[in-house]
Amino acid sequence: MTILAEADLRLDAGPIDYALLVIYFVVVLGIGVMARRSVSSSLDFLLSGRSLPAWVTGLAFISANLGALELMGMTANGAQYGMATVHYYWIGAIPAMVFLGLVMMPFYYGSKVRSVPEFMRRRFGKPAHLVNAISFAVAQILIAGINLFALAVIIDALLGWPLPVSICVAALVVLAYTTLGGLSAAIYNEVLQFFVIVAALAPLTILGLIKVGGWQGIVEKVTDQEQLSAWPATELTGINSPVWSVVGLVFGLGFVLSFGYWTTNFAEVQRAMSAKSMSAAKRTPIIGAYPKALIPAIIIIPGIIAALIVPEMAQLKAGDTSGDVAYNDVLPLLMRDLLPNGILGIAITGLLASFMAGVAANVSSFNTVFTYDLWQDYVKKDRPDEYYLRVGRLATVGACVLAIGTAFIAAALGGSNIMDYIQALFSFFNAPLFATFILGMFWKRMTPTAGWVGLLAGTFTAIFIYVISEPSFGIELLELPGQGASFLGAGLAFVVDIVVSVAVTTVTRPKPDSELVGLVYSLTPKEDRAHSTTGEDAGWYRSPALLGGGVLALTAVLYFVFG
Amino acid sequence: MRLFDLRIIIAFLFGLYGVVLVVVGLGFTTDEDLKKAEGVNINLWAGIAMAVLAALFAAWAVLRPQFVDTDKQPLEEL
Repeated sequence: MTILAEADLRLDAGPIDYALLVIYFVVVLGIGVMARRSVSSSLDFLLSGRSLPAWVTGLAFISANLGALELMGMTANGAQYGMATVHYYWIGAIPAMVFLGLVMMPFYYGSKVRSVPEFMRRRFGKPAHLVNAISFAVAQILIAGINLFALAVIIDALLGWPLPVSICVAALVVLAYTTLGGLSAAIYNEVLQFFVIVAALAPLTILGLIKVGGWQGIVEKVTDQEQLSAWPATELTGINSPVWSVVGLVFGLGFVLSFGYWTTNFAEVQRAMSAKSMSAAKRTPIIGAYPKALIPAIIIIPGIIAALIVPEMAQLKAGDTSGDVAYNDVLPLLMRDLLPNGILGIAITGLLASFMAGVAANVSSFNTVFTYDLWQDYVKKDRPDEYYLRVGRLATVGACVLAIGTAFIAAALGGSNIMDYIQALFSFFNAPLFATFILGMFWKRMTPTAGWVGLLAGTFTAIFIYVISEPSFGIELLELPGQGASFLGAGLAFVVDIVVSVAVTTVTRPKPDSELVGLVYSLTPKEDRAHSTTGEDAGWYRSPALLGGGVLALTAVLYFVFG
Repeated sequence: MRLFDLRIIIAFLFGLYGVVLVVVGLGFTTDEDLKKAEGVNINLWAGIAMAVLAALFAAWAVLRPQFVDTDKQPLEEL
């Protein structure tokens, strides 16, 4: 993966910058050591004892997603496609986050399951559970490797450490704080990292805006004026017809991919499951949605500005690919050009923190699924809790070692299509999973057999679309550049999953109603889905529905003003 | 399980960062640094902003201490 091409990206970091970086790592490891004292059971280690306040889990919810792919990918998209990138946030995240909080959290949190695959087991039984748990565990290790590799590449580029050394050092730091403090340490660090990232990107954006002459300067200097408006985003989708481009965005990205990602990806949902009450769990994704709606200002705008003020980037944008920079280099290049020592150290810290948190989120969700859903359910049942706490710690070590391996695979793959590859992975796993979930939550007749057959049918559909559209396989029956193929794959996987599930349900036997209480909408009493409104959950400003409506309104306004 | 208060950690880290950056901004800013950052003493301003953030978190932690739910029911399944 050419995350950073061979440009002169070595930053002029001085002693003060290193000092700020070291302070951060001391605090991160300190959090791991302190969190260890509060871990006395496997639930403490793997789900933070369900004790965290909503603002913590809410910030961790978006931070877990604010890793290398997000920071590099979205600044790169900003430089390449301009304002259309906001769709990844405003259509591609906000509605799904509100939906997760208001509609799905009552079942996840209310049924007291400890993971998304566990919900699958209770609703559909073992085959569907096994399919889901294994595919999730494998996907997390693969993605952890890619995150780790991205982290190592930036350490190499910024500080000049060789790649294998960077990969191992990065893995060791993540390992140290997650084995010590478990999910609490991972979540606390994610919250801290959120603020450090903002502290890194905000000065960069402000200086960039001053240099380019404010918003007016951007409007005057951008050569392709279409890039200043978010619609119809034909470049981003690779679909030439404006109408179909919008349809692809709204249905493919906005509905299937984003709902699939945000509502069934356990690395995200886990943050909400660790909240201390039903109300806090519902508010987690919704509180996260507010910064998520606003953060494009310090991610996409720097990308757009970089294409205007960084000479190498402007050259690339003009179609001259002879230079040795890639769109992924936006942040290091801007940091090189704008930040003096001091704040430069904060920015380096922010980037490293972000990439590390991505790995930590993968690892901490992997160890929960491995411990509860694979080891406890299929290998060693009914052991005392200390046993599973130990398994959880060992799984963390194993995950880090495996991630070092997959990081070298990512390094060996080279090429530049890792981002497309990740989107394709999401279309394989998350889109069908969302179809199965949504059908299973609202249709009590849906049978256990339909659960796993539908899931497999959907996954194979998405893989099929990937194979026939990916040029490197040589059977290019479909020509869809950009992310169009994964939008289509996700959409079809969703439809096929629904059709197959309905068909299989009509010929197989459903579970008795008594086993589905708390898991299916019509069989769950209203009071089980409600949250308390007293004590720490009191007050109109803590109403999940009001907060959810607020962020949807905010997003609509943002689209109206900047779309 | 009782966890330490994250707000204190945030206040500590950004308080430290804020002080360091303000000192760098006031005492060690060269003309070259200023030129790079478009004439803005970015270390000073960023340092002030971080110190303010730290103060807000510290104030929040002091005014609304962490609520410890002593009679929370143990979770039944474990």
